[in-house]
Formats: sequence, structure tokens, C-alpha cells
Amino acid sequence: MADTAVQTAERTRAPGASRVLYNTFIRNLSAKIAAAPMVLTVLVVFIGCTIWTVYYSFTASRLLPNNKLVGFDQYERLFATARWNVSVTNLIIYGSLSLVFTLTIGFVLAVLMDQKIRFESAFRTIMLYPFALSFIVTGLVWQWIMNPTLGLQGTLRNMGWSSFTFDWLNNPKMVLYAILIAGLWQGVGFTMVLLLAGLRSVDEEIWKAARIDGIPTWRTYISIVLPMMRGVLVTSVVLIGSGIVRLYDLVVALTDGGPGISSEVPAKYVYQYMFSGGNLGQALAASTMMLVTVLIIVIPWAYLEFGGKGRRS
Amino acid sequence: MSQTTTMTGSGPVTRSGVEPSGPRPKPFFTPPRIILYTVLVFACIYFLFPLYVMIVTSFKTMPEIRFGNIFALPAQWTGEAWIKAWTSACTGLTCQGLSPGFWNSVKITVPSTIVSIFIAAVNGYALVNWRFKGSELFFAVLIFGSFIPYQVFLYPLVVITRELGIFGSLWAVILVHTIFGMPILTLLFRNYFASLPQELFKAARVDGAGFWRIFFEIMLPMSLPIFVVALILQITGIWNDFLFGAVFAGTQNYPMTVQLNNIVNSAQGTPEYHVNMAATILTGLVPLIVYFVSGKLFVRGVAAGAVKG
Repeated sequence: MADTAVQTAERTRAPGASRVLYNTFIRNLSAKIAAAPMVLTVLVVFIGCTIWTVYYSFTASRLLPNNKLVGFDQYERLFATARWNVSVTNLIIYGSLSLVFTLTIGFVLAVLMDQKIRFESAFRTIMLYPFALSFIVTGLVWQWIMNPTLGLQGTLRNMGWSSFTFDWLNNPKMVLYAILIAGLWQGVGFTMVLLLAGLRSVDEEIWKAARIDGIPTWRTYISIVLPMMRGVLVTSVVLIGSGIVRLYDLVVALTDGGPGISSEVPAKYVYQYMFSGGNLGQALAASTMMLVTVLIIVIPWAYLEFGGKGRRS
Repeated sequence: MSQTTTMTGSGPVTRSGVEPSGPRPKPFFTPPRIILYTVLVFACIYFLFPLYVMIVTSFKTMPEIRFGNIFALPAQWTGEAWIKAWTSACTGLTCQGLSPGFWNSVKITVPSTIVSIFIAAVNGYALVNWRFKGSELFFAVLIFGSFIPYQVFLYPLVVITRELGIFGSLWAVILVHTIFGMPILTLLFRNYFASLPQELFKAARVDGAGFWRIFFEIMLPMSLPIFVVALILQITGIWNDFLFGAVFAGTQNYPMTVQLNNIVNSAQGTPEYHVNMAATILTGLVPLIVYFVSGKLFVRGVAAGAVKG
């Protein structure tokens, strides 16, 4: 690929230190200038800002960052705050349910779509369009549908089903599931498309072999095709997972954390303390915790996908 | 399903006469098929229901909404709510409707899309054809960084943009969108350029063409499909953004999503659901149009970004 560059370097062989300088700065100069935005982004934003955030999470920063180091104080205070603990619990509940339901429903829909059905592209268009929408739009539509007096509940009660109850937005115990319904509405179609692509990539010969062996279709899907789709599955899990940790817009639009603090999430906590709470140290400690969570999800995946290639069969 | 029949039917050995060939046509309405389509249709109802409710509500009048039937079609179709949502709905501060937000979103989306795609294209090209020491490492960190929650970068970026003197302006939002669009777009372009025949690049080098000349005269003309994919990805992504707009744009530059949320969630007085729904549709309209016009390319765009990323 870069042979040409190597040849140029050999032709202009300069001795010692000047050669190092030449290699570092002058060779492929335009390429280096062109890649400067990427290099800057990586160094300043992805590395620099991360370090900045982690460092200042150990300080007593209030309205503005300051350098007074206080050890783990911010973290101790963080985990002593009811609002944060509720946020974390919510995220765990929402996250595990969202992961399970998105994958299950997405897979079932993908299998159904894989049965050589008619109007496949129409079905796909309908299932995927919510994915093109903003979380704010999704949140507001579902807020209206779940409006207790005039939404679905009111409508069905007016129609004569007087015991029908669907007041999840006002019910601290159920509000998370309201967010789940809206989140699934937006995200399931995308997972379905991913998994359908995975199903289609399975060799037709596998299906023929399974059919000859008389294995029922559902069995083939569960025991043969599903394990073969490992790559797509893992990717879906990572994507859904990193989306869950970021969960913010949807909650802001649908419930704004309410009723009370019963649907708060970590990302909202960070925003709150950073821009209106005037407690930067808390906000940065909370975002560092989010960072740690994502690292726990992504590092094993990155290792499996790119690191231990030799051992992968 | 009943696949075994297809096995016996295939492969006509002799060409003697007008024997029908190919698999035996299957009846369309077998019981499993009926269940299959029923499930799919129910799924579609779930997916379409909110869209229907949005549209129907936006064309009603408030008295009719208070009657309490979200399924019903409007007794009298009226575009009143749409006009109000566009021109005079209140966001808590001003009562100019969504139109300023719409134009702000345009002012944010157009330059952010162009800048981010251009930079990513150059990045991808440099990564494939002009590798330098550490380029792959930078790329790996870039991809890895795309998984880190934005909250981690939020405050440092506020500091940086403030130091640059652009905090609270359109430039800050454009910068932030360019930064966070970079990982996925660079990946897209890198994979695309890597799939092009390397001989083209080498031939151009032998002929003495330099970095930019090869990029503009050889690479760009060949990468139209991937540009379309990147465009779809960025237009929908940036239009739908809420967080960056709320933090970096400044009050007078709030994008449509932020203004929409303000109209619905922080308006005083009796809520006007028909106006809210009209405003919601208006905000979703641009990405929806992009989605329906681009069709299969949208799927390819999001999947290409996702599967590799």
C-alpha cells in the first residue's frame, strides 16, 4: 500500500538524526497535514478530554474547575446520593430489559422476514422508519399516547372499558417500562435489519444439510444458524449496549426524569450537575463512572474482535 | 416450511417436450404462512400506530381532542395547528414557533455535514494510501473513542470552545459534530477506499500526481456511492441531535429538536396537543424524507456503519 512512500524514502537516504526528522515530519507531508484533524481529534478530544475529565473528577470543582485534589470524595458523595443510585438502578433495569427484548424481538422479526415473504421491503420500511427519527420526536409521541386522560387510557375508557389502566408515565413503578416501550419502538427495527443481514450471510448449504438430516426449521435456527451469527450478534449487543449507556434524549422528552426522580438516568445526572447544579466535580465523577461502564463493555469485545485473532477458530 | 417438495422438483434432466420445470409452485395461504403474516402485520401496527396518532391529532381542534379519542379521524380537518406550530408556538422564551429552530437546524446540519464528510474522506484516503507511522494506531483510538459516552467530553469541550471564543455559536456545534462524526465516517471511507483497486493509485503516483491531485481527480469521482451513504448518515444524525445543540449552540441558535422539546415540555398554560403533534411531525419530517427517498441506501448506511464499527 505505502510502498511508494518507502521507495521515496530509500532514494533520499539521509544519515542520522536528520533522517529521523525527515521521516517524522517531511515525508508524506501532505498526508500528515491532511490527517491533522484526525490526529488532533484523537489526541485532544478522545485522549486529552478523557484524561481531563478523569483528573478533575478527583478535585473539589464547584461552578468552575479547580485544582484542589480531594481523592475519592466525589465518588463517595456520588454513591451516597439517592438520585445517582436511582439513576444507576434504572439504567441497569432498563438496560437489561432493553437488551433482552431488542435482541429477542429483533431476532424473531428477522426470522419471520427471512421466510421468503412478499412485500419484504414494505415491511422493512415500516419497521425501520422510527430509527430515522430523533429520540425527542419518539419521546414526545409516546408521551402523548400515554397521556392518562386523553391518550390510550382515556380513549379506551371512553369506549366503555372503564377499568383499563395505562398510566405508566405517572406511576413511579412503571415509568421505566414506558421508556422501554418507546425505546423498543425506535430501536428494534435496526436490530432486525442487522440480524436479517446476519441470517442472509449464512451459507445456503448449511440449510440444505440441515433439511436432509431432518432437523426442524426452528431447531436449525436456534442450534445452527444462531451460533454461526456470533459476529453480528456481538456487534448488536455492543451497539445496543453503548446506546443504553448514552440514554438521555428519550428520557428528557418522555418523562424528564419524573415522576419525582423515578426515571432519572446517569447521563441526565451528569448534565444536571454540570450545567445547572453548579457541582462540576460530581458531574465529572458521574461521567467517569459512565466511562468505566463502557470500558467494561467494549474492552472485552475489542479484544475478542481485534486482539486474539490467532485463537479465533 | 415445506421445503422438501422443492428438492424433488428441481433439475429437469431431459429436454424432451414441454414438461414443466422448476420447483412446484407452493400455495400462498398455508396455515403457517397465515400466522406469519398476521404476526408481521401486528408488528407493523405497533410501528405505525404512533405515526397515525401524530398525524390524526395534528389535524384536529382542541375541543375535539378533549373529547378523548386518539384513534378517531378528525371530524373536521384543519391545518390550524400546523400554522401555529410553525409560526407562533411558544418555547418558554419567545413565541415564534418552530421556524427559527428549523433554520437553525439547517444552518447547523449543512456545514457540519459537508465539513465532517470532507475531513473523513481525506482521513480515509490518507489511512489507506498514505500510511504514516502510527496512522493505524490513531485510527484504532478514533474507533474506540466513538464508544465513549459524550458526557465524558462535554465539559472539556465547553472549555476548549470557550477558549477558542466560539462557545454558544454555530461554529461550536459544527466543530463538535465534525469531531463526533469522524470515527464512523472515517471508517466508512477507509473501508471504501481500501476496496478500490490499488493499481489506480500506483499508476497516478508513477505519473507524478501528488496527494491532493489523486484525491480530487481519482478518488473522489469514484466514491459517489459512499458519499451518498455518508450524507444520509450525517443529515439524519445531526438533524436529530439534541445534546450538542442544547449545550454548544447558545439560546438563539437552538436547533429544532431543542426548540421542539421546549415547546412541548416547558410551555406554560394549557397544553395544546394538536400544536405539539404538528411540531413533532415537522421536526421528524426531514429525516423521514431522507429515509423514504434513500430507501435501501439508508439501510446500507446504518448497517455499514454499525457492522464494522
